[in-house]
Amino acid sequence: MPWLRTAALSLNLHAGVHREPSHLGGLSGMVCEMIQRGAGQYSSRDLVAAQDNLGIDRNSGVSTAFVSFGAAMPSESLEAAISIYADIARNPHLPQEQLDDARMMAVQELRAMEDEPTHRVMRRLRELHYGERLGRSNYGTETGIQDITQEDVRDFYQNNYHATGGILSVAGKVDAAQVIEWAEAAFGDWRTGNLEDLPSPAGVCKYEHFESASSQTHIGFAFDAVPYSHSEYFKLRAGMGILSDGMSSRLFDRVREKRGLCYTVTASCHSLKNGGGVFGYAGTTPERAQETLDVTLHEIENLLDDLESSELERWKVRIESGLIMEQESSASRASSMASDFYQLGRPMTTVELENLIESLTLDDIRDYWSANPPKDYRIVTLGPNPLTIPESSESTAV
Amino acid sequence: MPEFRETTLSNGLRVAAEIDGRGYSAAFGYFVRAGSRDEVDRESGLSHFLEHMMFKGTQRRSAADVNRELDELGGQSNAYTSEEQTVYYATVLPKFQDRLIDLLTDMLSPTLDADEFATERQVILEEIAKYEDQPPFGAFERAMEVHFGPRGLGRRILGTTESIKTMEASTMRDYFHRRYRPENIVLAASGNIDFDALVAQVEQLTETWSQRPTVATPATDSPDTVPDGISLERRIAIPDAQQAYMVGISPGPCSTSDDRYAARALGSIMGDEGGSRLFWELIDSGRAEVATLWPHEFMNEGAWFTYMVCAPKDAKSNCRLMNDIIQGTIDKGIKPEELKQTLSKATAGAIMQSERPSNRLFGIGSRWLTCGEYLSTDDALDCLRSITVEDVENAAKKYLATDVTEIVAVADNSASTT
Repeated sequence: MPWLRTAALSLNLHAGVHREPSHLGGLSGMVCEMIQRGAGQYSSRDLVAAQDNLGIDRNSGVSTAFVSFGAAMPSESLEAAISIYADIARNPHLPQEQLDDARMMAVQELRAMEDEPTHRVMRRLRELHYGERLGRSNYGTETGIQDITQEDVRDFYQNNYHATGGILSVAGKVDAAQVIEWAEAAFGDWRTGNLEDLPSPAGVCKYEHFESASSQTHIGFAFDAVPYSHSEYFKLRAGMGILSDGMSSRLFDRVREKRGLCYTVTASCHSLKNGGGVFGYAGTTPERAQETLDVTLHEIENLLDDLESSELERWKVRIESGLIMEQESSASRASSMASDFYQLGRPMTTVELENLIESLTLDDIRDYWSANPPKDYRIVTLGPNPLTIPESSESTAV
Repeated sequence: MPEFRETTLSNGLRVAAEIDGRGYSAAFGYFVRAGSRDEVDRESGLSHFLEHMMFKGTQRRSAADVNRELDELGGQSNAYTSEEQTVYYATVLPKFQDRLIDLLTDMLSPTLDADEFATERQVILEEIAKYEDQPPFGAFERAMEVHFGPRGLGRRILGTTESIKTMEASTMRDYFHRRYRPENIVLAASGNIDFDALVAQVEQLTETWSQRPTVATPATDSPDTVPDGISLERRIAIPDAQQAYMVGISPGPCSTSDDRYAARALGSIMGDEGGSRLFWELIDSGRAEVATLWPHEFMNEGAWFTYMVCAPKDAKSNCRLMNDIIQGTIDKGIKPEELKQTLSKATAGAIMQSERPSNRLFGIGSRWLTCGEYLSTDDALDCLRSITVEDVENAAKKYLATDVTEIVAVADNSASTT
């Protein structure tokens, strides 16, 4: 991307949440924090100073499969940045005297999330949808975090931080051959290790309600869908685009604009390597919550009733514009490439993706959605009162 | 290098653009001098409500047409309202410039249909309810209300449930005619745009804007009263909240102040996430989830915010620690290497931001609307490079040593106070 002034990297290692022992929820996140508290020649503070002085805008975190580090910077900083991230991944100090600080930090984040009703609903929904292990929270549990020892941190690091299956993607104003040389020098002699497949999805069709004196009733729902790597994925995605991408999409238009039922209503695809789903959310005042849920699910279930080609065309323009504008951001491109590499085994070029989107027809959408109608909902609500839900879901109150 | 061009149309509307023919996209936005500080009590929340109504149809387009056409042009479009302005913006591929300008310009002459008004009122009430459930549970709005008073800059942007429930379409129409006058509006653009075509098209499309009826300015409200639905209590009780949320507010530099770059650098040295004085003492140690401060510039006034989130039982000791760090900075100043680190970060940030026209748009439009001034990325970089340790230390003495208004949002039964 020679027209840019920046470069970005995305480093992804198989040290995500699913590798945690079930009694130590939060371990992967704690290890991600601990390896950044000093590495190689750098103390914790030196590391931050070095990154700031290179102008690196950075983030890090864990997901189901991965621990990920993202860094965007002026392109001349890239070589030094690759070397710093190699130190973090390969030579962390894991300072025992800072373990309790890292633990308190994790507890703070967990408690803050408890105050976010939307997060509480979506976190529980994810567990119901994917099952306890695959759907567990990135933030862990309070007891898990309290029980983590220095030995647990070391073991998790030793077992999961290695080159096997790791993905480093770089995009921006760079010379590819040179980047490969720098990566080779930084990571080429890193040890290998064992990979473990993701556990299978083990979701249950269920309704749960959290009672709360909140101003709104927060509604989360999910149902099964194919993941990104599946050959039918873009047929699903196009249908979801018609439902919930843009201000003329059906949920926005028919739930919010026409009926004024809520401010936020949305649904989107989520993919793991071995499973996927559609996750949706709507927030609305309690007296209108039942109607909001009913109308939202009705729109999803009746997607095929009155499909129009103009709806598909609008979605295509939105996706294609997004792809072209992605050329303006090295960070965005680096992150898409890493995700493709994991899900598909190779990065998709922009042109390839454009062609795929362009080829989709209304019949493709009809085929997928007729063969895979939304059903077996997992539904979670938070608010003063529970809702009446579709008959197929078993109900419990918590 | 991008080129800056500007002009004023015959009706008084100003156009300002940063043009870079190499861009993949083009960003456009109407910046209107209509914010919550321009409202009186019975108009509370109107600027924002009106922003919603701009998507609800014109003489030439129904509400559904507006949303559909915005989607047909791809890209990203939206709007927001602040204390001082309302902004309608979109980023599209350059080939869609004419169509987007036709649409955005048309949207700014809304019909304000009564049925749409009634439906949208419900959406606004939902938006208010949504924020009531979210941390920090209105603590920032309360801080502004107490510090500035509940009117002017202290008036909450969304209005109150009371003001929205009783709002009338005729009040909105009057407000529209009062604020949406060409001389109060800037059209800003950035990226790969055709400036001459833009000016010609907008000149023609906005020809009638100068004929909008003039409306008398409403009488100011009595300062001895508190508007309906507003409380000035400094403690907000939240059922079941796990954490305590503490917001402090005091004066800061305004948007034309010479101190503003030094003040921002001070904010970064003191409060940046991931490596600052407050970060190392309070976040890295796990004492607090958030501990930060920053200046916020308004047109002719400024605010300095502090924000802390932690367990209620630790609130007192953490606030003491935060105050010690602030006092230490006032007394002992900063280290040259701290300034260097902050400026490296800010410089890289400005360069990265400059790559997307959509990022540049807001700075260009707001600055031209409020100050009639343009700052290129290189100008901004020069301002950053010229900041000295002494500038930052002076800013610390001037802004950090003032009386702070403190607001706490915390569970009803919690013992914490600050």
